[in-house]
Amino acid sequence: MELLRFATAGSVDDGKSTLIGRLLYDTKSILEDQLAAVERTSHARGDEYVNLALLLDGLKAEREQGITIDVAYRYFSTAKRKFIIADTPGHLQYTRNMVTGASTADLALILVDARKGVLEQTRRHAFIASLLRVPHLVLCVNKMDLVDYDQGVFDRIREEFRQFSMKLDVSDLSFIPISALGGDNVVTRSEKMAWYQGPTLLHHLENVHIASDRDLIHLRFPVQGVIRPASAKKFHDYRAYSGQLLGGVMRPGDEVMVMPSGFTTRIKSLELAGKPLKEAFPPMSVNVSLEEELDISRGDMLCRPGNPPTASQDIDAMVCWLSDSTQLNSGSRLAIKHTTRMARAMVKNLHYRLDVNTLHRDEQSSGLKLNEVGRVTLRTTVPLFFDEYRRNRSTGSFILVDEGTNATVGAGMINGPAVDR
Amino acid sequence: MSYELSHLEALEAESIFIIREVAAELDRPVLLFSGGKDSAVMLHLAVKAFWPAPLPFPLMHVDTGHNFPEVIQYRDERVAELGARLIVASVQEAIDAGKVTEEKGPRASRNRLQTQPLLEAIEKNGFNAVFGGARRDEEKARAKERVYSFRDEFGQWDPKNQRPELWALYNGRHRRGEHLRVFPLSNWTELDIWQYIGRENVALPSIYYTHRREVFRRDGMLMAWSPFMSMMPGETVTTETVRFRTVGDMTCTACVPSTASTVEQVIAEVTASRVTERGASRADDKFSETAMEDRKREGYF
Repeated sequence: MELLRFATAGSVDDGKSTLIGRLLYDTKSILEDQLAAVERTSHARGDEYVNLALLLDGLKAEREQGITIDVAYRYFSTAKRKFIIADTPGHLQYTRNMVTGASTADLALILVDARKGVLEQTRRHAFIASLLRVPHLVLCVNKMDLVDYDQGVFDRIREEFRQFSMKLDVSDLSFIPISALGGDNVVTRSEKMAWYQGPTLLHHLENVHIASDRDLIHLRFPVQGVIRPASAKKFHDYRAYSGQLLGGVMRPGDEVMVMPSGFTTRIKSLELAGKPLKEAFPPMSVNVSLEEELDISRGDMLCRPGNPPTASQDIDAMVCWLSDSTQLNSGSRLAIKHTTRMARAMVKNLHYRLDVNTLHRDEQSSGLKLNEVGRVTLRTTVPLFFDEYRRNRSTGSFILVDEGTNATVGAGMINGPAVDR
Repeated sequence: MSYELSHLEALEAESIFIIREVAAELDRPVLLFSGGKDSAVMLHLAVKAFWPAPLPFPLMHVDTGHNFPEVIQYRDERVAELGARLIVASVQEAIDAGKVTEEKGPRASRNRLQTQPLLEAIEKNGFNAVFGGARRDEEKARAKERVYSFRDEFGQWDPKNQRPELWALYNGRHRRGEHLRVFPLSNWTELDIWQYIGRENVALPSIYYTHRREVFRRDGMLMAWSPFMSMMPGETVTTETVRFRTVGDMTCTACVPSTASTVEQVIAEVTASRVTERGASRADDKFSETAMEDRKREGYF
């Protein structure tokens, strides 16, 4: 069984909670005691119907205010797949939350209210999904029951969104007309929309092809640590590098190059917990033993000779600013975490702030505030070994950390080495 | 050759990555080990993560003093087998020292009292990363928790002020006195845990499988009778065929009727169950709508 991670986006009134509640309910993932608790609370609050959103809003403050404060993760599975939903709140601190949810998602699900059509925030959500390179995008046109299941409404919204999405970098886009409240086309096919020939939402989630979203060509193995049993007589000569593969395939006997030293050697063996592996591929966590004893430590990277990542201290990147108390400015100094490397970074240049609603570039911008996205040049204290984010989401991403508060304040996606150094 | 991982392999790879990240970036980690199935799986993953090197951190058990003997026996066997170091944070000692006050009455439980000895042991040993086996599917407040959950100098969780967690880039930075709770099993469900126990042959305390036990009914649950329990009028003890879905303090952990004696049978039972594991077996969660959130805010795991 395969694992699919998806993020949901949409504003409060688009019926996001209802849709997730419906997916969980119709796949029998809500159990009796959870439902009873929701019924009890709905009743106590005087709600007219069993409010499935209560199932999702787990915190006291969320229930008091009837809003979703932060990303929550939900789980359900069918016979075909296990699903992890990053349930991102629509209206509060939206960009930050959606960036968080989308960073690990294989698929983004954007809800549109059939009565309202494509709104500014639909475009914003789609843009963020494309910025974060979520490989698959599904636009769910919800509340079809309120437009008499009219095909014309669906077609108009689909056409409008398709026009807009041509400006974005979206490789796989699907459209599904649904009614989350009635359950139409969510898990079961709707008889009321016989004109729709495509899959139900669940069928799409179960079958969308995600295996080829990973890069199996360019070997990228950031070293997490060195495993060297100190005293065990039995493992006297054991020395391996631990890590998780972020790209490529490794086999014993393969020639590898170590960054930053540039030394080359061969893979002696691959294993995990004593179990030898014939090959390893993303996202496996393994131990790698090499033929020669080289000086390799955490933060170094194994790759194939002739196919290394870019090594540079000058980086051109898109950054989403996550902090509500500070700004990103030219000259800001921050800690940076990229793969298993920690370093310090200075913002050499803020080229522009991107308006996530209009995609307009504001080149006069003096700084990025909470939820703002911009293009920057960074100079780091040590070289990072990276790929363009569009080619590898793991070796192309980084976070920025405020050295005073230790808060995670920025999410970065690398465009490439900076040319304006 | 297909380059697809099963969901269990993907979850395992992610958890091992997290455990290795913590050990690399934080100098004083500790792994909470209660002897329950989740901490048993977490320990199994930790052993795999560093094998053949020994575990680079000690284990800690927050001992309420009201334990199932089978669980303590299992705990000690695992510790001996691994040659690990075990730290015991004792609720009884905290009571004896007058640091916490024992609840009274038939529903008294030491569950809530665990927070204080836990925080004290973290402080005393200078731990800055504390692995816990909590899963997001367990409870609605836990669904909101980060993998690296930042705790201030009081051990408090502030759900409104959590660090955004992006990609697999975890931020373990903290000031002295603060620490991180780390949950490598965040993305696992109860069923995943059991499937993995089956796949990896993870040993568990015997009470996870069917056995005969003296029990009584309270609040719709089957509570295990023990000398720590006082009965209320109308409650009678009977002997039934049961097993446990979770193990914790004896006074607040209930069992379920079951004849499942193998992992396969347990998986079949869990798959068919219409009640969550905490709904079926945790009296402490029923204390209020937000019982778990309240405890977590105070510094509970």
